[in-house]
Amino acid sequence: MKRALDPFLPVLGVLGLIALWYIAVWKQIVDPVLLPSPTDTFHAMYKGMAGGRLGFDFLMTVERTILSTVIAAAIAIPLGIFLGASERLYRSLEFVIDFFRSTPASAMFPLFLVLFGVGNTTKISVAAFGAALVILFNVSYGVMNARKTRLLAAKVMGASRLRVLTDVMLLESLPQTFVGLRNGVSLALVIVVVAEMFIGSTDGLGQRVFEAQQLFNMPDMYAAIFAAGALGYGLNLMFQLIERTFVHWSGK
Amino acid sequence: MTDGALLSQVAGGVPIGAPLAAATAAPHVTVRGLTKRFGKASIYERFDLDIPRGKLVSVFGPNGCGKSTLINIIAGLIPPDAGEILFDGKPLRAIKFGYVFQNYREALFPWLRSVDNIEYPLKLLKLPKAERRARVERLVAHLGVKIDLNRYPYEMSGGQQQLISIMRALVVEPEILFLDEPFSALDYEMTLFMREQLQRIFIETGTTTVLVSHDLEEAVYLADLVLLLSRGPAQIADYVDFDTPRPRNDATLSEKGFVATKAHCLAVFQREVRKG
Repeated sequence: MKRALDPFLPVLGVLGLIALWYIAVWKQIVDPVLLPSPTDTFHAMYKGMAGGRLGFDFLMTVERTILSTVIAAAIAIPLGIFLGASERLYRSLEFVIDFFRSTPASAMFPLFLVLFGVGNTTKISVAAFGAALVILFNVSYGVMNARKTRLLAAKVMGASRLRVLTDVMLLESLPQTFVGLRNGVSLALVIVVVAEMFIGSTDGLGQRVFEAQQLFNMPDMYAAIFAAGALGYGLNLMFQLIERTFVHWSGK
Repeated sequence: MTDGALLSQVAGGVPIGAPLAAATAAPHVTVRGLTKRFGKASIYERFDLDIPRGKLVSVFGPNGCGKSTLINIIAGLIPPDAGEILFDGKPLRAIKFGYVFQNYREALFPWLRSVDNIEYPLKLLKLPKAERRARVERLVAHLGVKIDLNRYPYEMSGGQQQLISIMRALVVEPEILFLDEPFSALDYEMTLFMREQLQRIFIETGTTTVLVSHDLEEAVYLADLVLLLSRGPAQIADYVDFDTPRPRNDATLSEKGFVATKAHCLAVFQREVRKG
């Protein structure tokens, strides 16, 4: 009987949080101007998502995040395979990659503003830049850490260097590539939302949060924050599902 | 038997206790002047060896004497520093061979179903799909294997996975089969089972086989010839015949011939260990 309830355990945390929230509003532990009730917040969220501004901004952020991740992946995956396949080349570039990977992408905004102006291109390219380095790093390591025995096994069966690369190395690197993609899309979302807040934006979830805060419309602001949270969680889940379908051997 | 006596016997073309050898008296594999060093350590120094056709040769010796190195060099996984290895007078690239790794988990391709794993070397030979399937089916029937080959390797037991590895090595109909401690990652029960499988395969196919083993009982039980190596630089400490007819079974393990051969091998082994 206890076991049957196990799948519902995660719901408990959510219910607990909402209960605490209600209590905080009811007892006025937090200033009611700063913390609207859950009912008001979910109402604002429903209204916004069902044909309101929030829905539009949500889609704009989705579009920017997906686009920057796709651009990042298109550049970083082939490059990562190339670098990973020749370990000495990767070693010579490792410091550069690690350095820019460790540089907060937000510090690059001014540079990209100079390069691409205040439009959409800047937001997408900074996010793509950040995500690409994360993906590149993971793909390269995935290729470099391909099991030596597996490469030897292919070689001993008569596979050419190219066949070893396409038949073994690429597939060996897939689990690590997906780690990179998941981290990359999360980072891209962070950068896109920050960019929407501060780089002359008129739409997007970041803009929605910022605008609601400026107008002191707290239910709208919380609604936008939750929408951003749901988006981040959803993207992660999506990549996990894709991984489980295509990389069925991962971790086995 | 001293090294010299053995070498002259082999060089003289006298078959080593082989009922079938009359038709194929020339050795299958000839290793001449093999030299291999790792840094300062000399593993092989002008090493000579003959492997007769259609025999199962077990390689046994002290730790670190280069048992695996020997078959890795013969199978082309490690280049020798010097020396010549010929198969019926031909170089390795001119022949078909199979190699089975100790670590089946890392040697199989987890993204391919077992049947596709077995087919992979045929794919490299550019055989059409139908022909590949037919070859695998023929091999399965020939060996009497009863496993669901549509499963992925990670869905199988260790023994089954290693059996898939062995089938992948056999599917090209190799002239020679190399096995590097193939059963040492398996539990004892599975090891005993796999020994029988390997013996069956050997009886069925008669493929020249070189087996590296760290288990003397296994080495003798499966072998036509036990190659005992000395510490590095490795020399042939002894090359022992074991001609008890196949199929061998549990009773073989307590027969006089087996016990005497194993005792002799153990004595040679311990002599070599003490030297080191």
